[in-house]
Amino acid sequence: MKTKRTPDGGHRSPLQDLSRREFLRVSTLAGGGFVIGYALPGTAFAQAGNALDNTARQFTPNPFIKITPENIITILAKNPETGQGVKTSLPMIVAEELDADFSTIVIEQAGLRGDVGAQFAGGSRSTPDNYMRLRQAGATARVMLIEAAAQTWGVPAAELTTDKGKVIHAPTGRSLTYGQLATKAATLPIPDEKTVRLKKEGEFRVMGSRVGGVDNPAIVTGQRLFGIDQKFPGMVYAAYEKCPVYGGKVVSANTERIKKLPGVLDCFVLEGTDNVTGLAPGVAIIGTSTWATFSAKKQLQIEWDESAGAGHSSEGYAAKAAELAKAGGANVRNDGDTAAAFASAAKVVESAYSYPFLNHATLEPQGCTAWVKDGGIEMWTTSQTPGSGQDLVSKTVNLPKEKVRINFVRGGGGFGRRLANDYMAEVAAIAMRTNGAPVKLTWTREDDMRHDVYHRPGGYHFLKGAVDAQGKISAWHDHFVTFGFKNTEKPASGADLSKDELPARFLPNFRLDQTIISTMVPSGPMRAPRSNALAFVFQSFIDELAHAAGRDPVALRLELLGEDRIVPSSPGQQGPPYNTGRMKGVIKLAAEKSGWGSPLPKGEGRGIAFHFSHSGYIAMVAHVVVSKDGNLRVPQVTAACDVGPIINLSGAENQVEGSVVDGLGTIWLQEMTYEEGRAVQSNFHDFPLLRINAAPERIAVHFLQSANPPTGLGEPPYPVVPPAICNAIFAATGKRIRQWPINKSDLSWA
Amino acid sequence: MPTYTLKINGQARTINVPADTPLLWALRDHLDLVGTKYGCGMGLCGACTVHLNGAAVRSCQTPVSAVGNTPVTTIEGLDPAGQHPLQKAWCDHDVAQCGYCQAGQIMTAAAFLKQNPSPSDPQIDDAMAGNLCRCGTYIRIRAAIKDAAAGHTSQKLSLRGDRLQPGDAAIHLDRHGGQCPPRDAKAGFASGQPAIPEGAA
Repeated sequence: MKTKRTPDGGHRSPLQDLSRREFLRVSTLAGGGFVIGYALPGTAFAQAGNALDNTARQFTPNPFIKITPENIITILAKNPETGQGVKTSLPMIVAEELDADFSTIVIEQAGLRGDVGAQFAGGSRSTPDNYMRLRQAGATARVMLIEAAAQTWGVPAAELTTDKGKVIHAPTGRSLTYGQLATKAATLPIPDEKTVRLKKEGEFRVMGSRVGGVDNPAIVTGQRLFGIDQKFPGMVYAAYEKCPVYGGKVVSANTERIKKLPGVLDCFVLEGTDNVTGLAPGVAIIGTSTWATFSAKKQLQIEWDESAGAGHSSEGYAAKAAELAKAGGANVRNDGDTAAAFASAAKVVESAYSYPFLNHATLEPQGCTAWVKDGGIEMWTTSQTPGSGQDLVSKTVNLPKEKVRINFVRGGGGFGRRLANDYMAEVAAIAMRTNGAPVKLTWTREDDMRHDVYHRPGGYHFLKGAVDAQGKISAWHDHFVTFGFKNTEKPASGADLSKDELPARFLPNFRLDQTIISTMVPSGPMRAPRSNALAFVFQSFIDELAHAAGRDPVALRLELLGEDRIVPSSPGQQGPPYNTGRMKGVIKLAAEKSGWGSPLPKGEGRGIAFHFSHSGYIAMVAHVVVSKDGNLRVPQVTAACDVGPIINLSGAENQVEGSVVDGLGTIWLQEMTYEEGRAVQSNFHDFPLLRINAAPERIAVHFLQSANPPTGLGEPPYPVVPPAICNAIFAATGKRIRQWPINKSDLSWA
Repeated sequence: MPTYTLKINGQARTINVPADTPLLWALRDHLDLVGTKYGCGMGLCGACTVHLNGAAVRSCQTPVSAVGNTPVTTIEGLDPAGQHPLQKAWCDHDVAQCGYCQAGQIMTAAAFLKQNPSPSDPQIDDAMAGNLCRCGTYIRIRAAIKDAAAGHTSQKLSLRGDRLQPGDAAIHLDRHGGQCPPRDAKAGFASGQPAIPEGAA
């Protein structure tokens, strides 16, 4: 499916635009029972659709709900699951309106299909994009089950209620299970969607509760579940070696020798394509086991054309950025008169911030399983954008899209890495050479570290800010030195900066200049793209200005946001309006719950940060302890979130806790560096993840249940973590962290 | 190719693999026990943790040729019925996000609790420091281990939400904290319309 990138990194499908024109259809199942799905106008329900066609033109029966006469209620989990919890939370929405007992429901993981709207995991969009349609699916089924009971008993539907999968007639004490009513309900006409009553908030029993992940029992007993676990009869195994330099090509390889190694079935060069997120050139090894291919991989002798990487190094980029900073950049936004404001300022602060490229480092390395059969190819993928994966595979191996069948399997972490489908293209190309045997491609950790198909891009900000005699921020000038992919005209994916990014629109004198360094290191979205770096810089610099002005960092932030109001996007900008009331609400909540302002001994400090991204309003207070010799400890992090009402409290809380741990590890420990166009880091010894003994001792999560539609939570809590930690380190030690990661700085104090 | 007969989860299993094959890949590819996970291949992440004679080891660093007669226990064999207190506690606390590391976490914790049935918080952190969780579920891992050690787990492996009531988790969650903006009666949450207009994010 084609998706277009939204301003904050999400993917939306053209199908979303059709949502209001969609309507519900019901059909009778062969064995009784009924199925509710969404149909698109102009399509005939009886038409046997092709489940592989992911377009709006062809209609396919699309069961969100399946109820059998045996009273087995199945709800479809429509989107890919990589740990964000949608395999549990989206079916909860259906179950709520269906009024079913969620603990008894069978959850069925969907594959790629044409009739359930966009199926992707990105931009924290799963909840907001599916909330209403899933409620309508559940509510329509419930209304029809009630009608079936009314006809069965000969009583008015108005006398009937539902509870945990039963229709109840209270006056006579009768009840029937949904299963008992399924066959009858399947014969009924479908009510107009608009007349179907949805529950009111106070009636919710499933949504807003704490529900464990539907795969938990399988996870804790080690059942076959993840991409890497897939196995099929006669399956062979594959490894793929790519040039350590991005964009490098194979000149020659010792494939004949590799073919003779034990357990190796074949070895060949793939030319690859120029598509950075597609099939890269490399050498494929097919073997009888993963270990056979990994062992053979070590014996590869490949001559690469590495010319693409000449002159590209992290040190060189940093030197270039410092040099460019002196020259000034191209003006992007200029509000008011910053020069005059600096001239009349009470205090002026100048700071240079930088952040590195990062690897997504999902714990399950990339990989995929493919099986060429029946004139097509079937795949089992962990992709976050399986529709795009289908397109890519179709183009890569020259098969019509409808011949590329996509199954979703649980992914061991996503974080934006699996928005790209390079591993799908690789295994598809390899599968064309296995004589019809299914093949599983597994990347080594080293492959994954060096060939994160795109990295979170680094960047540099040369900032100058002013506070006036009243202690207000009076001017802000940022010269943003960023990266372009093989050019200096256009920022690379994830390396751009909205003209509207706060504090733009909130200060009378604001100037943003930009300069672009050309890189050949591919970059792209990682959890809360752009925000994950910008919040660190801007929330840290706001803190610097607060301290320069002698102001409380919370008070200054509330003042910066001003009156409760909706701040619209600037003309020509696509960003969402900014609700200052919602943001101030979470700032106040985080401050209150964290004990902001209460005294702490020297060496301890609190830091606050706030950020709006992916429709979520988040504020966070970190409490850190830094020993005299510079050891950092984080006793507590307090998060306040306004993403509207919460669907699954347990899952939502888990996402926030995980964001805190992820953000702390990232700002503290991580960077990717490059030498001559190749990644230096290769595994967790030189690209460390946070370990449990360094995790915060306590993470308090507070949800402000505002009267707004629910939005996603996978990304919004993440960007505020680095600045909250760094601002707390400053409060504890007087040392300002301007270079990511923290472990490059000496935190010792006397 | 050499033949090895391994004692795995109480059963004798025979495989023909090269001597240097890590136990991890023997389990996954040759014995169909895929609960043990590959994460790094260098003993850095702990996703491949199994028990050798009750001790937690990294199966990616353990060649099949070194196993001999030592009994091997994997996540599939930790408890015959899949009802180990840690497995139940992991569900009670809804620990997993992606879940990929969790089998290794549970195996490390199980060996540790046998050695130290009543651990302190720092002892738990020390014992678990070799297991990475990319999703960052450490807070819940600690809580689950403490509950399992204290015998505070469900009667059986809970499916969904049996014990997931507010206050069960070790962390505080105040979902009604703060003040809510006034609700717009005409365009409230129940109708699904935003009370406050939001652009296409």
